[in-house]
Amino acid sequence: MTAAAKTPATMPYDVHAVRADFPILSRQVHGRPLVYLDSAASAQKPRHVIDTMTEVMTAEYANVHRGVHWLSAAATRRFEEARTKVARFLNAAEDREIVFTRNATEAVNLVASSWGRANLREGDEVVISWLEHHANIVPWQMLRAEKGIVLKVVPVDDRGALVMEEYERLLASPRVRLVAMTAMSNALGTITPIAEVIELAHARGIPVLVDGCQAVTHLGVDVRALDCDFLVLSGHKLYGPTGVGVLYGKAELLSQMPPYQGGGDMIARVTFEETTFKDIPQRFEAGTPAIVEVIGLGAAIDYVSGLGLDRIRAHEQDVFDYASRRLQELNSVRVVGTAPERAGILSFTMEDVHPHDLATILDRSGVAVRAGHHCAQPLMDRFGVPATARASFGLYSTREEVDALVAGLERVREIFG
Amino acid sequence: MTEDELIENFSLFDDWEERYKYLIDLGRRLPDLPAELRSDAYKVEGCMSQVWLVPGAEDGRLHFRADSDSAIVKGLIAVLMVLYDGKTAREILDTDAGAVLDRMDLGSHISPNRRNGFYAMVETIRKTAAAAAGNT
Repeated sequence: MTAAAKTPATMPYDVHAVRADFPILSRQVHGRPLVYLDSAASAQKPRHVIDTMTEVMTAEYANVHRGVHWLSAAATRRFEEARTKVARFLNAAEDREIVFTRNATEAVNLVASSWGRANLREGDEVVISWLEHHANIVPWQMLRAEKGIVLKVVPVDDRGALVMEEYERLLASPRVRLVAMTAMSNALGTITPIAEVIELAHARGIPVLVDGCQAVTHLGVDVRALDCDFLVLSGHKLYGPTGVGVLYGKAELLSQMPPYQGGGDMIARVTFEETTFKDIPQRFEAGTPAIVEVIGLGAAIDYVSGLGLDRIRAHEQDVFDYASRRLQELNSVRVVGTAPERAGILSFTMEDVHPHDLATILDRSGVAVRAGHHCAQPLMDRFGVPATARASFGLYSTREEVDALVAGLERVREIFG
Repeated sequence: MTEDELIENFSLFDDWEERYKYLIDLGRRLPDLPAELRSDAYKVEGCMSQVWLVPGAEDGRLHFRADSDSAIVKGLIAVLMVLYDGKTAREILDTDAGAVLDRMDLGSHISPNRRNGFYAMVETIRKTAAAAAGNT
């Protein structure tokens, strides 16, 4: 695949070899070397993903699941191989528990529309948390408008950690039908005690949907060890292409769910009187899927697995800890979110400087950070800030990049006085 | 200050840091919008920074007052005031703010990003002018 990805697990993590696998990281922005600290929004792509997608379109592309011709069979094989790769990556019991969606947002909407409509009635409660991305808030609000369900929100403390006593108190209600919660906050980097969250819910027979968008890339997720009922993830945050997300669902749950969208590729037989649907996962994959992107996601998983999630996590933790220390040294910077368990993401504000301005000046120094509410406005409200700047790290981030961030922040301070 | 003077002033600076400092300084010299006008009624929605814009008309010319919680955006507002404040609707519609900002090497702010409050403000000013032009 690449030099970096073939590194044996016992070898030290060579981040510079890893960086060489990502063509975009060698470019310049505003005449400066790019320092990309926005991987939580979208990660950059390794050569292996880019090459695989090009190769598929060049040599093995046709529509999947349809043709008897050679190309269609070849494309179908590679498409389904990607499903196997995702299943193994998550340690799912079966390939058919992996449903490909457009993105993680669609995966949550699929569960809300299909499972939610079939199983939730007026007054039933769905428990989410203050840490949720809008993608795990709004679909449930739409269901609330339609079905009259009730949303219960687990609060966070001043550090941005879940208040587990409150979670247990909310779970005690006999009307709770689902817990939908993130394993890791995209805005603050908080790692939630998701295993405990699931265990407590299951003790009451309540299924759990996990937003795994950040956790799968920064921490790794074993769906069988967690015993989560649903998990959603985003392909492009996992160094894969945009346009593909994943819904993992336990086979027994998915099998009981009605289709989400109707169309081609999800039907067993169609007459004008009646249509019967395919089994899972095809039942939830109406229409031509993002064929090349799905195969690209498979390549991304190969790449990440090749490096080893444990080694990636150790490397990212080192960069994160270093960044935390360096930011603490800056008097005018306040880190928002100081939960004891965090990874990969640092949200912060600077006294008297709007995050938008801060990000603009950093950008001129070649440093890309996100500024905004990170699609988590309730959480921003909780911390009394309209927005924060957010630096997020990936498997290619370095301490030198943290130094560039800090130098950029010192410049910001100087410019704004 | 005229548009040409503004562009000339910006051209005096060699590096972007000086240009931004000057821009921020222009914003700081702009009067703050009174608190009662920093209301939802005048708010131009943007993802990253808040912008308030109060249009007005007098003797066939349009006037604008505006403010932002972002120092850079407020500097850009000062630039927009030079371009648009006290001009006729026709003059406003004939002005390409993006091109002027490009000449100041501040172009990235006026990219047509829906989430950018600044761009939304330019659109609001142009709509105000288009409506006024339609009335005459």
